[in-house]
This record gives sequence, C-alpha cells and structure tokens, in this order.
Amino acid sequence: MNWYEQIHHIGPAFALLLGAGIVMTADLIAPRRAPVVALTILVLVAAGVWAIVQAASGIEGPALAGAVVVDRFALFFAFLLIFVALAVVIATSEGLARVQHRPEFFALLLTATGAMVLLAQSNDLIAIFVALETTSIAQFVLAGIARDDRSSEAGIKYLLSGAVAAAVLLYGFAFLFGLSGTTSLEGIAAFVRTGSDGTQLALVLGFVLVAAGLGFKMSIAPFQAWVPDVYEGSPTTVTTFLSVASKAAGFAIALRIFYGGLGGGDTFIAEHWAALIAVLAAASMCFGNAAAILQTNVKRLLAYSSIAQAGNIAVGLAAVAAGSVAGPSAVLFFLGAYAATNVGAFLCVIVVAERIGVEDVSGYAGLMKRSPLVAGVLALCLLSLTGIPPAAGFLAKLYVFNSAVQSGHDWLVWLVVIAVLNSAVSAFYYLRWVRTMVLDEPADEAPFHATAPVQAVLGLAALAVLFFGVIPTPLLDAAQRAAETLIIAPP
Amino acid sequence: MLSVFVFLPAVGALLIATLPRHRTADARWIALFFSTITFIVGIVIFARLDHAAEGYQMVDHFEWIRAGDTGFAVQYVLGVDGLSAPLVLLTGLLGLASVLVSWRIELRVKEYFAWLLLLETAVAGVFTSLDLIQFFFFWELELLPMYMLISIWGSGRPRYSAMKFLLFTMAGSALMLAGFLVLGLQAGTFDIAALTANPPAEALVPLSIVFWLIIAAFLVKLPVFPVHTWLPDAHTDAPTAVSVMLAGVLLKMGGYGILRIVLPILPGEAQDFRVILAAIAAFSVIYGAILTLQQRDLKRLVAYSSVSHMGYVLLGVSAMGAAGLSGAALQMFSHGVITGLLFIVVGVMYDRTHTRQISDLSGLLHQMPLLGLVAIIAGFAALGLPALSGFVAEFAVFAGSLQVHPAATIISVFGVVLAAGYILWAVQRVFTGPADERWSGLGDATEWYELTAMAAMLVFIIGVGVYPRLLTDVVELGIEPIALIVQAAA
Repeated sequence: MNWYEQIHHIGPAFALLLGAGIVMTADLIAPRRAPVVALTILVLVAAGVWAIVQAASGIEGPALAGAVVVDRFALFFAFLLIFVALAVVIATSEGLARVQHRPEFFALLLTATGAMVLLAQSNDLIAIFVALETTSIAQFVLAGIARDDRSSEAGIKYLLSGAVAAAVLLYGFAFLFGLSGTTSLEGIAAFVRTGSDGTQLALVLGFVLVAAGLGFKMSIAPFQAWVPDVYEGSPTTVTTFLSVASKAAGFAIALRIFYGGLGGGDTFIAEHWAALIAVLAAASMCFGNAAAILQTNVKRLLAYSSIAQAGNIAVGLAAVAAGSVAGPSAVLFFLGAYAATNVGAFLCVIVVAERIGVEDVSGYAGLMKRSPLVAGVLALCLLSLTGIPPAAGFLAKLYVFNSAVQSGHDWLVWLVVIAVLNSAVSAFYYLRWVRTMVLDEPADEAPFHATAPVQAVLGLAALAVLFFGVIPTPLLDAAQRAAETLIIAPP
Repeated sequence: MLSVFVFLPAVGALLIATLPRHRTADARWIALFFSTITFIVGIVIFARLDHAAEGYQMVDHFEWIRAGDTGFAVQYVLGVDGLSAPLVLLTGLLGLASVLVSWRIELRVKEYFAWLLLLETAVAGVFTSLDLIQFFFFWELELLPMYMLISIWGSGRPRYSAMKFLLFTMAGSALMLAGFLVLGLQAGTFDIAALTANPPAEALVPLSIVFWLIIAAFLVKLPVFPVHTWLPDAHTDAPTAVSVMLAGVLLKMGGYGILRIVLPILPGEAQDFRVILAAIAAFSVIYGAILTLQQRDLKRLVAYSSVSHMGYVLLGVSAMGAAGLSGAALQMFSHGVITGLLFIVVGVMYDRTHTRQISDLSGLLHQMPLLGLVAIIAGFAALGLPALSGFVAEFAVFAGSLQVHPAATIISVFGVVLAAGYILWAVQRVFTGPADERWSGLGDATEWYELTAMAAMLVFIIGVGVYPRLLTDVVELGIEPIALIVQAAA
C-alpha cells in the first residue's frame, strides 16, 4: 500500500490533526478571532468531506500495519464527532466570557477530535492507547483553559483522575498482551476463542481492568466521581464536548474492544462482562438520577444526568455482551440521538449563561417568555433525555431496552425494569426544569436572542431530535450497517 | 379515516401554535372547528362500523420502524372494533365538550388550546393503536399535555398535583414497557392482533410477572386502590376541561388496556389472578365511596366517586365472562359521559359562585333551574337509575360477576347504596333547600358554549339509557371474541 493510500485510510483524523497545527501557526500570522474560527470550521468541514469520500469510495480494511481499520463503524463515529466539534466551535460565537481569545482552544479542540476519530478506527492496543491519551491530554488542557479557579481545579481533577484511569487501562492491556502475545484485536479475539483453561482468570482480570479504564471515559459509576466537578468547572463549550464527544468515543472503543476483541457474544468471557456491565449500568442510572434530583446548578444537573444516560447506554452494552443481535446498533442509535439532544441542551445552557449570566435552575424562570427559541429547544431536549415521545430519546431508550430483553437472559429483563423505573425518576428533575422555564415569572422580562449561527445549530439539533423520534429508520439503518462491520469474523 | 381522526386535533394544535400573537383569540375558533370535525369523524366511524364483520375495521397500516434484520419492527396500524368504537366516539364528544367549556380561558389562550388538542390526539391514538409500541407511544404522548394543562391552568396546588400525576403514570407505564418488550421478544412481533391470535405460552420471565408488569400501568390509570391517590389531587386542581378529559377518557385508557391487551394476550394469567382483581375492585368501590361521602368540595366529591365507579369496571373484568366484560365496557362509556357532565356542571357553577364548598352552597335551584336540572339528571345517572346510561352498565357488571365472585359483587352493590347517599346528599345540599341571599344575583347557565356542551352529553346519557342497544350491540361485537379467549383459558 502506498503512503498516500495509508493516509487516505486515516483521512479525517489526519486532516483534523494537521489542521490543529495549521490553526496554531495561523494565529501567529493573523492573531484575530475570525480567521482562526473560520480556519477551524474549514478544517472540520474538510475532515467531514474526507470521511464522505472514504464512504463513497468504499475503502475498507486495515491500514498502517493493522493499527487502524476503516469500516462503517469508524465512519459513523467520524461523522458524529465532527458534527459535535462543529457545534462546539459555532457555540463559541456566543462569546466565551471566561475564555479570552485563545487560538490554542481551537487547536486543542481539533486535536482532541482528531484523536477521537482515530480512536474509533483503532484496531490495536497500542494505537488505542496512543489515540486515547492524545485526546485525553488535549481535553485536560481544555478543561483548565479558562485559567480561573474553577476551571483550573477542573483541569487538575480531570488530569489526576484521568492519569489513574489510563494507568489502570494500560495495566489491563498488559494482561491481554501478556496472555495472547499480540496487541491486535483480531489476535486477542482469536486467543479468547481458543484460549486454554489456565488463562481464563487472568483474561477476565485483564478485561475487568480495561472496563474500569474505559468506564472513566464513558463516565459510568463507580468511575464517575470526576464528572460533576469537571463539568461544572470547565467552560461550558468544553463541557459540551466532554459530555458528548468524549463519551461517544469511550463507548466506541468499548464496543470495539469488547465486541470485536472478544469475538462476539458467544465466548466464555462474554457472560462475565455482561454481568459486570449490567451492574455498572444499574449503579450509574440509580446514582446519577438520585444525585441529579438534588442539583440546583444546571451544569451539575446535566453532569449527573449524563452519568444516568451513560447507564442507559451501558444497558445496551450489557445487551451486546449477552449476545443480543440488536445490541451494537442500539448503542450507536442511542449515541446518535444523545449527541443531537445533549448538544442542543448544552448550547442552550451556553446561551443563557452568556446572555443573562445564570447557571442556576431557578434563573431559568420564565425563559419561555424571554427567549422562546432557546427555551423551546431546551425543553424539547430535556423531554428527549427523559424519553418522552415524540422526541428521539424515547425511541433510543426503547431500542436499547428492547435489545437487552432480546438477548434472552431473564436477568436482563430486571435490568430493564430498573432502567425504565429510572426513566420515571428522571422525569422529576427534567420536567421540574421545563416547568420553571414555562411557568415561573421571570425576574427580568428583557428578551434575548442567540447569535444567528447558534440559532441555526439549535434549530438543526431540535429538528434532528424530532425527526429521529418520528422517522428513526435512516439513523437506525446507519447504526445497523456500522454495527455489522464491528464483529471480527472467526478466521 | 382513523388516521384523520387521530391526527386532526394535532393539526389543529400545530395551526394554533403558529398563530401570530395578535390573533390569539382565534385559537378558540380553530380549536372548536377541529374538535367539531373530529367529533363528526368519530360519529361516522361509530356509525360505519360493520356489525357483521369480525376483527378490526377501517385499518390503516404501514411499517413504521424496522431495524435491519434484528427483529425489531414497529408498525403503524390503526383499527377499530366494537370495543374501541364507543371510546372513539367518546373521545370525539369529550374533546368537543372540553373545548366548549374552556371558552372563557384567558390565560395563555394559544398554548392552552394547543395542548388540549394534542391531548385529544394522544388519547385517540391509544384507543385505536393496534401495535404495542405504537400504543405505548401514544400512551406516553398524553403525559406532557396533561402535565402542562394541570400545572399552568390549574388551581390549588397545581404543580404538586401535575407532578404526582406524571410520576404515578410514568412509573406504571415504565413497567408496562418492560412487559411489552418481553411479549414482543417472545412472539417476534408487537402486533396486537397477531399476539391475540397466538398468545405466548411462555416467556423469558414467568408470564405471571409479565401480567403484573403490564396491568400495573392500567391499574394506576384506572385507578384502583392503592394507586389511586394521584386522581383526587389531579382532578381537584385541574381546570374544568381537563377534569372532563381526565375522568371522561383518560381513565378509560386503563380499562381499555386491560380489555384490549391484558385479557386477550395473557388470558391464563388473568384467570389465575381474577380473585385478586375482584378483591381490589370491591375494595376500591367501597373505599372510594366511603371517601366520597367525606368530601366537602364538590370537585373532590366527583373525583373520589370516579375511584368507586372505576372499581365496577375492574369488577366486570374480573368476572371474565361476556356479561361482565360488556358491563365493564359499557360502564367505561357511561361513566365517561356522566362524570364528564358532572365536572362541567361543577365548573359552570364555580364560574359563577367561585366556591366549590358544599357547605357554602344552598338552594341554587332557585337561581339556576336549568343547571340544577342537568345536575340532578347527571347525578341520577351516576347512581344508576334506570332509563339512564349508568343503570345499563352497572346492571351488566353485577349480573356478570354475581356468579363468579358472589362476595365481591354483594360488597360492591353497597357501593351503589353509598353512591345514592353522597349524590343525593350533595344535590340536596347544593340545589334544594332555602335560597341563600349570597347567591341571589347569580344567573343560570345561558352561554351557548355551556349549553351546547351539556346538551351533547345529555343526549348520550339519555339516549343510551332509553335505547341501550345503540351501544350494547356494538360493545358486544367487540367483547365477544375477547370473552371467548378468556373463557377458553379457564
């Protein structure tokens, strides 16, 4: 394979990482905000176009000596991550009260996105670790970029807990490599299928450590302790990125390792980690929802809610482990719906924080009168997070829960019962927020608007939430096709 | 046809939502127009039902969601039979009545009518959906309009009541969803007709658990003791029109769900637990009636009486025979119009007197002869006097259940006695007796919208009472196949 074919295989990630460097340099030449933002958007669009070209030209298969692989699964995440990054960049047009003009913000965002795209297509333990660390380090800096106390604290907290998680993950990788003698996921999958009896315990231990390390990225309990503080302290644009992109990347690689690396749901190890993930999912949902009820700060509320939502996705992950055919596509569909929903919700939070300087739920009183668009989109997104039709969140939850039941294990039915009851609990705090916006009298009647680009993104997110809630088939098909490429066929 | 019936109100809601600000008053007329057309479509559906045909009629069907080859497929399928046709008619009637009695709403007019119409769409969807997931979709769609209607336009403690309503319903429906998914996995389809034809003999978890998961949502909605506590709060604090919709059609979703889904798909389990259901029913009848006797607030009185009256529905169901099931279906329809009318009367009265305390009111028949007459007829219908629709329904329920559950039936009959007590007492206190000076300036119900709403309801109450076959023929058409399935499982 030629060098340019190699590059074509990692095209989007290559464009993003190269673009990060260009953005950094461009600021030296023209130190103004507009060209930097324009360039960043250009880079993201270029990466998106490259991904489209990849999809259209139908290239598939491994590259870079097997370290990465191009498949529909990777492309699904490439599109998802680029969409989120684009939304975040546009959100900065609301002004970043706490972040001065910093080109490194955009360069780091591109770096983090590029590494995530690479992560989603990594097919080798070393590539996975390098991509994961690249994106993590970029995000540590992003969390602390505002250079005030809260942001610095968030950055340091994220860095320290992230370092521990990385160490645990690496430890797990060491087990897998030591046992199987290979770093490629295919090799590990082959080893798991044929593995001799004596190695089972060590193999389970290795996978448990990997699950712990990835649990940090996916923000599922009990690896969630960093989430509220980091989400609250980081600039909200960064929080948006963390809660959607970072989590999606975490689930992407978890699917790739556990589903691909384990050779499907029929190996001895599958039932072990199905049970493990099921317990973690239940814990995330119960803890996240219980804690979210007590929150008054919207960013903390959304942080706990995102822990609970991670629990919902993990139900799908457990279904994957338990051998449900619909499991992987359910997780992907949920992530797609969740991305649109959470981007919408966080953008509304950004607008409100920038325009009227409010981060408390009580400050949202009467928002429907002051800014019908922002309040309307936020209300729709909160309904979607609750799982009320016709928003996309309803079908996403339904599909994930269905995939869990479909696995044919009766104990997963009980996990679904826990999950649906948690949805009912979450209605309490999501709808309390909606009620505040619709019902309460505003302290200040002055209307406000988001900037035009942000309005466009809000409209798009709301449209996506409604569209996929009523006509989910396009997204379901995409998720389905992406999931099909995931499983590594037995040799 | 059915799709038109279901989505016409939603179209009206969309239209109202896009009205410019200076034309908000037009929202009333748009809502009236759409709910009237919907009602007419409902009448046409009811009238066009072929009494000789079997199965579902006027079916609209296409595939809604298909997730590749994972076996997850949801259909869009609407259809009516003898069980749902009366409820379709009822939805149209009460949808129109609720728009009429809301004519004087001044607060956020646009939003109000939009939510009201959306609510009608959701309820209509529940009564006509023939796919479990689609059914659930509409079931959940109803939550938000109700929540908004109670919490914005309610009185008293509207936020508390609205949230309580929401959490009770969602907890119930959450369990129902789990049950649906298990059924769907077992049968490979969510189609109600297919599941009815081939009920699963076993499932991932014991079918008895599936039975309780699913029926939990319906018992909450019905509601029966001990999950009824949301109802008095929601009713009392809701605006009149919402009380009308809540009592008239939303509670029927519970009974309908049991008859449409639980009995045909899980007949064996229903038979196993029928004694428990009968016990819950009898207890609800008496408990609801005793609580009703203690109420001082007219609206709470009507609300608690619903708990008692919906107990009859469950009693009829628990008899698991054709007579009892028909009685349950009839009781749903007749309670819908009667209690709807009672809430309208209370609302009209409250508009004039601004009190609902029974102790404050006296001799209103002097000032409001017409309203008093309507209230007395509705009250007599509620206590099951012959020649009014309540009698037909309650008689059928008791006739059906006496053989099967003698004890529960005899206990429940006392509910009728208690009903006579609280209704006659309330009517006597409020309407008869000496005229109170405080109320001497009151006018009768004279507004066209009030009169139209009340007249429409009375036509159905008296019509069904005098000529029950109008309704019973249709109901029996729908109940017969269900009764056959249930009896075969005995």
